[in-house]
Amino acid sequence: MTQEEPVVHILWMNGGLGCDGDSVALTAATQPSIEEIVLGALPGLPKVAVHWPLIDFECGPEQGADTFIEWWHKADRGELDPFVLVVEGSIPNEAIKSEGYWCGFGNNPATGQPMTTSEWLDRLAPKATAILAVGTCATYGGIHAMAGNPTGAMGVPDYLGWDWKSKAGLPIVCVPGCPTHPDNLSETILYLLYQVAGAAPMIPLDEALRPRWLFDATVHEGCDRAGYYEQGQFASAYDSPKCLVKLGCWGPVVKCNVPKRGWINGVGGCPNVGGICIACTMPGFPDKFMPFMDEPPGARVSSAASGMYGSVIRTLRTFTAKTADKEPKWRTKGSELLTGYQKTW
Amino acid sequence: MTTTAGGGKNELTEMAWDPITRIVGSLGIYTKIDFKAKRVAECHSTSSIFRGYSIFMKGKDPRDAHFITSRICGICGDNHATCSVYAQNMAYGVRPPPLGEWILNLGEAAEYMFDHNIFQENLVGVDFCERMVAETNPGVLEQANSTAAPHAAEHGYRTIGDIMRSLNPLEGEFYREALQVSRSTREMFCLMEGRHVHPSTLYPGGVGTVATVQLFTDYLTRLMRYVEFMKRVVPMHDDLFDFFYEALPGYEEVGRRRVLLGCWGSFNNPEYCDFTYRNMADWGRKMFVTPGIVVDGKLITNSLVDINLGIRILLGHSFYEDWEDQEMFVTRDELGNPVDRRHPWNQHTIPRPAKRDFDDKYSWTMSPRWFDGKDHLPLDTGGGPIARLWATALAGLVDIGYVKSTGHSVEINLPRTVSRPEVTFEWKIPVDKKGQPLSNAIERDRARTYFQAYAAACALYFVEQGLAEIRAGRTKTWEPFNVPMDADSCGFTEAVRGVLSHHMVIRDGKIANYHPQPPPPGERSVRDSYGTPGPYEDAVQNTPIFEENSPENFKGIDIMRAVRSFDPCLPCGVHMYLGGGKVLKTAHSPTGVPLAT
Repeated sequence: MTQEEPVVHILWMNGGLGCDGDSVALTAATQPSIEEIVLGALPGLPKVAVHWPLIDFECGPEQGADTFIEWWHKADRGELDPFVLVVEGSIPNEAIKSEGYWCGFGNNPATGQPMTTSEWLDRLAPKATAILAVGTCATYGGIHAMAGNPTGAMGVPDYLGWDWKSKAGLPIVCVPGCPTHPDNLSETILYLLYQVAGAAPMIPLDEALRPRWLFDATVHEGCDRAGYYEQGQFASAYDSPKCLVKLGCWGPVVKCNVPKRGWINGVGGCPNVGGICIACTMPGFPDKFMPFMDEPPGARVSSAASGMYGSVIRTLRTFTAKTADKEPKWRTKGSELLTGYQKTW
Repeated sequence: MTTTAGGGKNELTEMAWDPITRIVGSLGIYTKIDFKAKRVAECHSTSSIFRGYSIFMKGKDPRDAHFITSRICGICGDNHATCSVYAQNMAYGVRPPPLGEWILNLGEAAEYMFDHNIFQENLVGVDFCERMVAETNPGVLEQANSTAAPHAAEHGYRTIGDIMRSLNPLEGEFYREALQVSRSTREMFCLMEGRHVHPSTLYPGGVGTVATVQLFTDYLTRLMRYVEFMKRVVPMHDDLFDFFYEALPGYEEVGRRRVLLGCWGSFNNPEYCDFTYRNMADWGRKMFVTPGIVVDGKLITNSLVDINLGIRILLGHSFYEDWEDQEMFVTRDELGNPVDRRHPWNQHTIPRPAKRDFDDKYSWTMSPRWFDGKDHLPLDTGGGPIARLWATALAGLVDIGYVKSTGHSVEINLPRTVSRPEVTFEWKIPVDKKGQPLSNAIERDRARTYFQAYAAACALYFVEQGLAEIRAGRTKTWEPFNVPMDADSCGFTEAVRGVLSHHMVIRDGKIANYHPQPPPPGERSVRDSYGTPGPYEDAVQNTPIFEENSPENFKGIDIMRAVRSFDPCLPCGVHMYLGGGKVLKTAHSPTGVPLAT
């Protein structure tokens, strides 16, 4: 490493229980795009080196040239500073069994066994300038932390602690979404890079560690079908252009900007284009919203009373929103598996 | 069974890549290389993730199945959602309105156009780019720079070297253009399915997409730009791939394997598809990508019922307990055919985590095989396209103007676009110099490009059909249904990377058993209970090495090309075993220390 200008390294770890959908989402981002971040095409950006399995040029063997995993070992030895650790996928509980592994990323040189994702977290968290949890799996556990799961999966804040702070004083930054909205992710990376470069103040986060400017408003507040709601016009078939709240849409209590932003370059989304909101950005996802195609409890009251005075509706919603914004209690560390699955090992 | 390529006592060097970059998911490849004979002597590979979908789906509402299973994969999740919706349609006895099916087909066509494009140009393409070739085969780059591209007039690159430069990551002009195309194709996808990669508008019974003229205009204009793009891309890749055969005689053997291909069919035809099991063989043959099993270049069957009944899940060296003593959910199918205990309908997932030990259990992947009545065949999909084109070509069933199957090839007819006249491409069944059917790294990659054009051509037809429905005032896209107390059902489609099936058993109105079988675990599967190795083994083992670097600077580009030609997407499954060989117990040698056999 002979560069003059300091380089911010981004270490992207996709070895959790995930689907790589957040990596794929980042390739869809245009505001900014990944090439704009990597090529420094925005003013004031620090020089970055992205170590990202999905598109990395480096692909050499451990014993030859250009080994990809070497960057992780360098970070572990304290030779990379500063670096941002990006975590994709939920963290399985490796403590609920006597041997084996639920997931790994490269190998532990000492044992020749896969290095588990939680071990990488243990090693790298104290050295990282910031930790970015991307996607609902990494942030709150997500689909793989569903009731009855065998792995005891949880989110990064469940694993490291919700009060965890990096050596630079940053809390874990969470960009939920299943997968994360492409631009929500690239924009958060951009903000963090500006912050690491000293050009932006502390990233504003809410109580679930989400960037406030992206997750303050609800789906319903940004949905172009809310007008039908106001007029009391509710869809009774999934191909109706009217409000989907009686068919399973959780939009009124879900914090997410997708209907307003569209999915990609303003195209697509969820209830705005005919897909019920299944609350995939929420800590309570998926358990608190299943069966997805049933009418949410509370929707009956609030939709029947859509003529009712606004503040009453808001109060009712705050009540539901609080539950939806909490994870189920089994997503936690410890040697017990609390998901309801009967262990077979 | 330790295999040494050169025979005798050649020295083998251990080389490991873990994780491999530029694929989806984390995969490790462990090889022994005979540098003197320039050959991969042994190869196995691992990826280590277990999530337990079949476990946590038990007892859930069957209507949640497609929302949940989409999350299996972050690049082709919509293929899972689609397959799950197909299986649910069968279980609930619902037939979506034709317009709903055309919309779903258009979404899936956009997924193929997007996914093959980004994988080919931004992940695989890097293995063929100037920067890479300069580091692995400087002589080849020199030759490329002085070789005129035969189709320069069609794609605009004067020499093969110019094509390679345009593929350089981020700096290359074509690399960046392809990345943009991966975005406009995802816009097309989102028009039809709402969100990429986990769709929001798919439901059993149809789609929630609001079908208007505007929806189809927005899609069609983007599609025609893609068609224009493909008119450059097909000849460009033909030039690049043909050059490798020319510059490196013998490159046909890189990643070569016996032709054992499976395709489960894609794009239902709503005129025929009623989602009943009893008619499945018939409506399966009406799909716009024909299902089929191709062995040594011959079509064995294209009946989805035969395909369904032949699926077997074997355990081999994986971290699971067997289910011989567990409940059988389905003993006969609706037609009265016996269903095997090792069929996905009767599969149980019983995890038993353990240390990774290559002499014992080392994998989270089971071994899917297809039983032809005699053997458990380790089929592969070649990453999807080669199997789809091959099965479709041999069957001779598809003929919709824009695409036509001839019995030995597939014709793709693309209409006039903004700056180019109409063009016909023909994908022909690949053969080697002796005329033998050829399934290797280059042909898998070539088929991917042709299938992008095939998907675009099909989409042109689907747009016409969908618009005709709208213009006739038939705008319904969803049909109501009831969930029965008991049902056994299945769905078949082609995930981007190949065969995909979902098998569901409903009891008391809840999911009693649900087993998805995506393609990658089949391809990177472990040596099964009968000792049959997984498909990658033949392909990677014995791959000749053309790279000019010494062991110290070795990048393993030929091995990487062989592996990536399968488009190994990992999230679906987990652990791949490539080698039949005895596995070294020795830990990784730090800098390529030679190991005696």
